[in-house]
Amino acid sequence: MKLYFEFLSIHIKKAMQYKASFLLSALAQLFIPLTCFWGVQFMFMRFKQVDGFTYTEVSLCYAIVLLSFSLAELFFRGFDTFDRMIGNGEFDRVLVRPRNEVFLVLCSRMDLERFGKGIMAIFLLIWALQNCPIDWCAARVMTLIFMILGGVVLFAGVYLIFAGLCFFTLEGLEFINILTDGMREHGRYPLSIYGKGVLTFCTYIVPYALVQYYPLMYLIGRHNDARAMLLPVIACVFIIPCYLFWKFGVRHYRSTGS
Amino acid sequence: MKLKKYISFFRLRCVTGLQYRAAALAGISTQFAWGFLIIFAYHAFYRSDPTAFPMTLQATVNYTWIQQAFLAMFASWVLDGDILEEITSGSISYSLCRPVDLYAMWYTKSLSGRISKVALRAVPILVVAALLPAGYNLTAPTDLPTFFLFLLTMVLGALNSTAFTLLIYVLTMYTLSSTGLRSLLLTLADFLCGGVVPLPFFPPALRRICELTPFAATSNVPYRVYSGDIAGTNAAFAVGLQIFWLLVLVLGGHTLMKNALKRVVIQGG
Repeated sequence: MKLYFEFLSIHIKKAMQYKASFLLSALAQLFIPLTCFWGVQFMFMRFKQVDGFTYTEVSLCYAIVLLSFSLAELFFRGFDTFDRMIGNGEFDRVLVRPRNEVFLVLCSRMDLERFGKGIMAIFLLIWALQNCPIDWCAARVMTLIFMILGGVVLFAGVYLIFAGLCFFTLEGLEFINILTDGMREHGRYPLSIYGKGVLTFCTYIVPYALVQYYPLMYLIGRHNDARAMLLPVIACVFIIPCYLFWKFGVRHYRSTGS
Repeated sequence: MKLKKYISFFRLRCVTGLQYRAAALAGISTQFAWGFLIIFAYHAFYRSDPTAFPMTLQATVNYTWIQQAFLAMFASWVLDGDILEEITSGSISYSLCRPVDLYAMWYTKSLSGRISKVALRAVPILVVAALLPAGYNLTAPTDLPTFFLFLLTMVLGALNSTAFTLLIYVLTMYTLSSTGLRSLLLTLADFLCGGVVPLPFFPPALRRICELTPFAATSNVPYRVYSGDIAGTNAAFAVGLQIFWLLVLVLGGHTLMKNALKRVVIQGG
């Protein structure tokens, strides 16, 4: 853990070498979800609600998904760009070091400016929490925290699958984007509005609905069954097959030799 | 004769682009999933309040599919890595030695790069989208004139979009490395041309302003002409505006580039 903070401080120092450039990049990152949110705003200027969800409820939903995503992107960026690591042979260097390879990939890359998205998410979350009539209790506070953390774990799982696939394809696969960037963008609305098919997929295959739609219903008081609080925890089981797949990939790794 | 060298640049780029068939397939499946999610969301809003829709649901669905099919043509963030590399690495000096107009060469490069990407992706997306169940499918334009108007505005839109990208490259010549500023501008441009939600969904006042900007002269016009959302005198006005912005962007970009080249500093050896 100490070593991780060592790496973190190196990455911070690296980013601070070019302060103006860093701030501009962070601002640019902030604008990506901001324009996406403007889209939501414009829709709700015309429509009072969508499938029973109000503007503030959708904002809360988006803020939670976005915060999870940006935390995952910040800490797991090494996996998100793993195709490059394989391509330039840097993974060979990782394998010969006396540390766990997941740990080293995590440390290899932290693009701090990416957290511009997280800043946007935090502002949106604060605004939504102030304006959303939530009947607060300890269980609902826990639900909110679990939703955010569960989301981070799920995004991390998808990154692991992406990286694992890179062992076989050597190139990044664009369609995985639909599970990361796609969830970031389309997760702005509760998943139920996309219909049964999408909701089923996001419940049983990649369990995003367990950290978004179902606990959200409890959080905003559609029902009072506090067991919903545990759904994001259950969703975290998803990371196990992802990790096994990654391990499987590592065993089959052949250096590109470059 | 003079045009011939640009045509060969164009062909060279297209052939290179066509090599990446697997990437195109992956792109197509992503764009399908993306398109479906957008359309499902519009359906949900439509169920909630059909009267609040600023364009017909079918026009919105068509807009979405055409947008997905031609994404590589209009997506503002699709920049040519080679050109950016040329500027920052200094190999631009080689290009300057060539007996070609740098603006025209880059323009041809960018345009052909996009066309080759779209050539692989557009047709499969459009065909499958047309075969989907009613309500989710791409429908044909109402009549032949609309279709030809769509083609015309599409060409003008693509030319405009490329001219805008050229401006971004020229900007890079001035600032060298400003990935942040660049991606900020591109994100905004994408929003203003209706990349996140179509312009009719904008608040009325903002929509009227946006429709006059060069951003709206790119993908916004053809996508909406297709379903008849822009027709008659509005269409004539939109085409006029497209031509106007094309002239401004190309002439402006060309002049700015000339200016930048006057004080060109080649980085490194």
